[in-house]
Amino acid sequence: MGEPGTKEPLSLEELEASSNLRTGRKHVLSILVENKSGVLTRIAGLFARRGFNIDTLTVGPTEDEQISRVTLTVDGALHPIDQVTKQLHKLINVLKIRDLEPADTVARELALFKVAADGVQRGELMQIAEIFRGKVVDVTKRAVIIEVTGTTDKIEAFENMVRPFGLIEMMRTGEIAISRGRSET
Amino acid sequence: MRAVDALMECLKAEGVDVVFGLPGGANLPTYDAFVDGGIRHILVRHEAGGGHAAEGYAKATGKVGVAFATSGPGATNLMTPITDAMMDSVPVVFITGQVRTELLGTDGFQEADTIGITMPVVKHSFMIQHPQELPRAIHEAFHIARTGRPGPVLVDIPQDLSRAEIDYEPVSDVRLPGYQPRLEGNQKQIRQAAKALAAAQRPVIYAGGGVVNANASEELTEFVRSDRFPVTCTLMGLGAYPAPDQQWLGMLGMHGTRAANYAMDEADLICAVGARFDDRITGKLSEFAPRAKFIHIDVDPAEISKNVPAHIPIVGDAKHVLAKLIVEYRAIGADPARLEAWWSRIDGWRQKYPLAYEDSADAEIKPQYMVQALFEATGGEAIITSDVGQHQMWAAQYYDFPEPRRWVNSGGLGTMGFGLPAAMGAAVGCPDRLVCCIAGDGSVQMNAQELATCAQNNIPIKVFIMNNGYLGMVRQWQELFWDGRYSHVDMGEFPDFVKLAEAYGVTGMRLEDKRTLVDDMKRAIAIDGPVLVDVRVTREENTYPMIPAGQAAREMVG
Repeated sequence: MGEPGTKEPLSLEELEASSNLRTGRKHVLSILVENKSGVLTRIAGLFARRGFNIDTLTVGPTEDEQISRVTLTVDGALHPIDQVTKQLHKLINVLKIRDLEPADTVARELALFKVAADGVQRGELMQIAEIFRGKVVDVTKRAVIIEVTGTTDKIEAFENMVRPFGLIEMMRTGEIAISRGRSET
Repeated sequence: MRAVDALMECLKAEGVDVVFGLPGGANLPTYDAFVDGGIRHILVRHEAGGGHAAEGYAKATGKVGVAFATSGPGATNLMTPITDAMMDSVPVVFITGQVRTELLGTDGFQEADTIGITMPVVKHSFMIQHPQELPRAIHEAFHIARTGRPGPVLVDIPQDLSRAEIDYEPVSDVRLPGYQPRLEGNQKQIRQAAKALAAAQRPVIYAGGGVVNANASEELTEFVRSDRFPVTCTLMGLGAYPAPDQQWLGMLGMHGTRAANYAMDEADLICAVGARFDDRITGKLSEFAPRAKFIHIDVDPAEISKNVPAHIPIVGDAKHVLAKLIVEYRAIGADPARLEAWWSRIDGWRQKYPLAYEDSADAEIKPQYMVQALFEATGGEAIITSDVGQHQMWAAQYYDFPEPRRWVNSGGLGTMGFGLPAAMGAAVGCPDRLVCCIAGDGSVQMNAQELATCAQNNIPIKVFIMNNGYLGMVRQWQELFWDGRYSHVDMGEFPDFVKLAEAYGVTGMRLEDKRTLVDDMKRAIAIDGPVLVDVRVTREENTYPMIPAGQAAREMVG
């Protein structure tokens, strides 16, 4: 042992690399950007040239008209999220990035399903929609359009349920997400 | 005043003393403003020459370089310099003309989507959409180019907006809420780094171009000498630590010294400063420095743990962080004696594997000797620029750089044709210094047109062509890795460089005798004005030592 006040020698063996390279889960990145022309192209271009895949992407205004919010989901099993966010931070128009913790986040997606439905099937389809708290927004002789809001899992579950009826078209917005509690996302 | 007149005022406010460029239709208003603008403009012969000249100026002086081009082909000709500046973190502001706003998106004459094309290779870019925005955009462009990790910034100005009248008021601030580079470094992390260094038995300091960019040479030198730390520099970092020196291992990487590469291979702690673990350094990543822990100091957080996971990451610029690291390290009072065994190992490699080549017995000029002769002829005092290939590696190996900003080359992008215009820019920026370009006979032809610019403006660069009549590095790879099947690497005896020089109004010389080479070079250097020297060297000489691409440092050959 050294004299009092002498620093302990630090052993190199105990040093560990902060290597959170692959987290193995889906990440929702909430990104505030300056509302300037070309911002989305810069983000999309960055992902393309670094070989990162975007699973979903939504863009919209915020309460401040100078600032837009981009919400995108990335697969942390395929990409080093740390590197993705650091590269995003280098874009001058990117103001803030949050990698949202799933437990502290409310995430929602809107989907529209156009399903084949003649008279016989329609009742059953309506029941399923109700269970999922979906809304029928259009009915014609041969098809109905159902609106569903929820998490990605719920929408995928609904898709599996209605597919056997004859899924003509499906449209999904991609997730938006907001942090729980009083603090800002 | 017109927006372009305000542009001239902005350039002056940024301290710009010279710009490089070429006019065209879309930037006619800008060029009209140059007439009374009070800014020195050097007319180049190709926009790529202007872009590389701005890079050479920036690398040699540490100030922001500026290059102008017109729309369409003018702008696309800047692609290589912009990309080069991005890869090597060179602060350059590129200002391009654009077609009138009413023509945007119509495939108008000389229209190219300059912002779109350059987006992947700029640090940032500005498309001017209102003439009133121009002054602020220019100042923000300079701020972004020179701060943090430096890089290229492009400003694209539609012709009609550039001639529009604006109310100009000097801009004294920048508003970039999304851009706040961290320079200082986390004190706790720095303390951890100091402790790790004190505990290391086999440390190596690995310094890169970031040390040069941060003007942190003195701090690096003091830090290295605060103990008996072995130090090696990347191609971009040469000169950051004064060579030669007892603690200097030489350059590392693909054509680095064995001592440097073997030391990295056996190190227990590597302290990277302003370096980015490029594949030319690491070779096979999975076998790179297998026993080492890593301290990584960089102003760009995205570089840390990008290729090699860092154990002690420190975000900050080399100057600030090293200054603090020196204080922390000295406070520990580590015992230099612990490094005795490490140094005897390193000295063993140095003695066994010095940089060496088999010299000729007669008049034949070996390319390595050519570099040594130039070192002697210049007293080691010149700013040296180079192109890309064998000559570049030999220049890096055999010309010792005693201080930073003496070595100007294209490292990341590996741009042939960089050296001559870069020398031109360096000479304009440093008129009191001798500037020599060590060029390849293949490379030099890619921007030889700038000899006219040098002649017209009496820019006294001395270009020494290492002429082996081959695209030498490609020939070497074909010889070593493609069974000697030479495919389109023989350049023959074309052109006659002496006549080419004379046609451009530049003094031309041909040197073929080793015995008088140093004196002949001195003679060339003494000539007033630009000189092009055709030095005939051994045709099939290989650059050694070498780590074959994708292999480990242990696998060095030659």
